[in-house]
Amino acid sequence: MKLVTAIIQPHRTDEVRAALEAAGVKGVTVSEAAGYGRQKGHTEVYRGAEYTVDLVPKTRLEVLVDDADAATVTEAIVSAAQTGKIGDGKVWTVPVDDVARVRTGEHGADAL
Amino acid sequence: MDSGNIAWLLTSASLVLLMTPGLAFFYGGMSRGKSVLNMMMMSFGAMAVGVLAWITFGFSISAGDTMGDIIGNPMYDFGLIDTLEGGDAMAIISAGFGATFAIITVALISGSVADRMKFGSWLLFAFLWVILVYAPVSHWVWGDGFAALLGPDGPWFGSLPGPYDFAGGTVVHINAGVAGLVMALLLGVRKGFGKEPMRPHNLPFVMLGAALLWFGWFGFNAGSAFAADGFAATAWVNTTVATGIAILGWILVEKIRDGKATSLGAASGVVAGLVAITPACASLDPIGAAIVGFLAGALSALAVGLKYKFGYDDSLDVVGVHLVSGLWGTLAIGLLANGTINGDAGLFYGGGITLFGVQAAAAGVTIVYSAIATLIIGLLIKYTIGLRVSEEVEVSGIDLAEHGETAYEEAK
Repeated sequence: MKLVTAIIQPHRTDEVRAALEAAGVKGVTVSEAAGYGRQKGHTEVYRGAEYTVDLVPKTRLEVLVDDADAATVTEAIVSAAQTGKIGDGKVWTVPVDDVARVRTGEHGADAL
Repeated sequence: MDSGNIAWLLTSASLVLLMTPGLAFFYGGMSRGKSVLNMMMMSFGAMAVGVLAWITFGFSISAGDTMGDIIGNPMYDFGLIDTLEGGDAMAIISAGFGATFAIITVALISGSVADRMKFGSWLLFAFLWVILVYAPVSHWVWGDGFAALLGPDGPWFGSLPGPYDFAGGTVVHINAGVAGLVMALLLGVRKGFGKEPMRPHNLPFVMLGAALLWFGWFGFNAGSAFAADGFAATAWVNTTVATGIAILGWILVEKIRDGKATSLGAASGVVAGLVAITPACASLDPIGAAIVGFLAGALSALAVGLKYKFGYDDSLDVVGVHLVSGLWGTLAIGLLANGTINGDAGLFYGGGITLFGVQAAAAGVTIVYSAIATLIIGLLIKYTIGLRVSEEVEVSGIDLAEHGETAYEEAK
């Protein structure tokens, strides 16, 4: 099993969710995140005073998938989240030792 | 009994009272999330001690029989009992109308002391300031019936033209602006001032506050006619014209200087325009009001940067907005007063330069008195119960330490 984590532009969240559904993904966890990459922060001006905002808002998605589906899911996220502009985000995959479904106590692939 | 005038003054007093909770939103939105409740509580606190100050000695010092052309007799009407027993509706609601002015004026000062003043000290300050600063200055400008000391044909300026202050450019805005500067200097800068970002935490609150202030301001300016008459209608029109165009003045400066027209700028422009037209709303024609409004927005937009240059932490720009635009509106009467609508004409309307000089003198008297009297009150509190919260409280947020509450689950 794999955990696919994506950091994307918040305004692409709905498109990515739809793409995941189309790719057959049954569940996803979405959270608000903040950070920066090559895009860096931005400046805001309030009554003439300039403030540098280092961390920009992002959306974090986490999906647990079968090993075989990891590449497809990653592609689905990338193509749905892409705008071509700096700050589009990143997607990475890590191996997962075990998964348990809380309701039934099932383990492993059955719990996905 | 003129029920039309009484009805209008009852309405106006209610409108002016609404300005103070409006100010709570205007200031509250501009403050940080960890101190928004304290910011709003300073306005509500001003309502609490403002009425107490007014019914004890404030009203008497403001409206009582003059003692030596300086202050009204402080024992003139303790508790407003004589006024209410007299049964004259106009006199009664005029006393109430005065209370609403005292409250908003002292509440304005709270913008200078954001995030760092002990709440108890603020309440004591507001109580003393209404009695010792607001009430005497309002006595000079509006007191003692029609022979106001600092008004046209009053004992201070005799037969010279003016000075004119229809709704409180001197009494309210210059007065509060100077007091704000003094308190900002006495309190010192907030930790991180000029280094850390202290961005407004809720701009929609700021815009809501500006809207409530504008609406309430109709009572402030048009109500200052003390009648439902031509002056009230003139004041209403000029107030609307100047305020609308002040938005343009502020956001135009921003667009040129910073690249974007901001919502905070628009809300601030509203207040700058309202401030500047306050003294002048019955003296100008709408073209004059438009000029006053535009320059008020532009001047205040430029003036809010001064605190960084000079290093005083006038946190929410009471000086940049109220002192600067209050001064501009008061002086503008000397330049742009229409002359046909009310009183003497300004320099550009065929009057001489004298009116401008008299307006400047009236502003100067207010500045000097407000600075000295506020300094004395501030020092008195500083060396007795103290003005400022500890650094620890300031960093963790004044809301929790002073009020035992937080506005949001996670406030920065």
